[in-house]
Amino acid sequence: MRFSYYPGCTLKTTAALLENSALKAARALGIELIEQEKWQCCGAVFPLAALEIAPFLSSVRSLAAAKDTGEKLVTICAACYHVLKRANHVMKTDRDVCTKANNYLQLPEQYRGGTEVIHYLELLRDEVGFPTLARKVKKPLTGRKIAAFYGCLLLRPPAVMQFDNAENPSIMEDFLHALGAAAVDYPYRTECCGVYLSVQNEEIVAEMVAKIINSALSHGAEAIVDACPLCHYNLLELQKKTPQGKSTLPVYYFTELLEEALDLKDKVEEKMAF
Amino acid sequence: MKITRDNLCSSIVKEIAEISGENVAGCYQCGKCTAACPVNTVMDILPHQVLRFLQLGLVEALLNCNTIWICASCFTCAGRCPRGVDLPGIMEALRLILLRKRGFSRIKAGVIPRVADKGMPEQALVSAFRKYTR
Repeated sequence: MRFSYYPGCTLKTTAALLENSALKAARALGIELIEQEKWQCCGAVFPLAALEIAPFLSSVRSLAAAKDTGEKLVTICAACYHVLKRANHVMKTDRDVCTKANNYLQLPEQYRGGTEVIHYLELLRDEVGFPTLARKVKKPLTGRKIAAFYGCLLLRPPAVMQFDNAENPSIMEDFLHALGAAAVDYPYRTECCGVYLSVQNEEIVAEMVAKIINSALSHGAEAIVDACPLCHYNLLELQKKTPQGKSTLPVYYFTELLEEALDLKDKVEEKMAF
Repeated sequence: MKITRDNLCSSIVKEIAEISGENVAGCYQCGKCTAACPVNTVMDILPHQVLRFLQLGLVEALLNCNTIWICASCFTCAGRCPRGVDLPGIMEALRLILLRKRGFSRIKAGVIPRVADKGMPEQALVSAFRKYTR
């Protein structure tokens, strides 16, 4: 199985752990992720103003490049997935913006939204299949109680993202079950982590993170997994700003557990300092 | 607070509709957006009130509130609105009027070393600068 792969800026720097573990697991599962040659930062947030074109041109370049190869475009970062998928939706549905973007980019061939953008979790669910993944697990995470944290960017706005049921998603829980872990059901799993507010308003984010962590803990979670570098940072770092003043719940990227279950690294706990 | 004909028909109300592509008159004040908002406790004007202020043409109050900067574009409100009003898009339009028309900036580059040293992901910095500057 061969796919175009869009890494994004954060996976090459502070979230290298997310990229490394995902790519290692992909290789073990026989998935070829071909990194795009000239990818540019997606801009991290989707431009919400109507008719604003320049901020998503970089996404269109990647989408068009993937179309040339005929491959689906895979992202691992939730923000890149959000921006690329929404940019693609606009190219597909808004003729005016599509024409302007094409006129500006002057691509060899017009791009009209033909690429399919998929997240790594969808790759595991729809291309590999969770039953197949379960069979490939070498070290099942039996007895581990893990809370999946979805955050915003994968799920919303539901009409465009169509990633899973936005109010009651199950893809991450199904993923955890495939690894042999027990998925913890808790009400805050689709809440916002506070995103970039932590740059200037750390206290607000600390409060939001505390609600998420306490909810997961009170439902019996021993760890929390996420799919977004910024959720990861907020959940991990701003736990320390809670009244207890220390982190109480280990935070992993979902791919770290995948790597562990496929027996591609030492146990996650031994490497993470909590 | 005075509701005047000038306010209701002001060009800035039309501009917000144009930038956001949204129809604020669609809102019937059910309050689902406010109930859904994860940061409503620290907002000075609540999400459903933002829409009511716009319906009444009271834009200046919105341009001076902290709500538009606290909104993190999590899209929970938009996903639950029974009238299909995209409030995050309206919040963005309000921010853009301040950032692009009035030279306002919510963040200074000097913040970068402080937060980058803490290992904050690039995604956070890019997002914040996209949302808080021109």
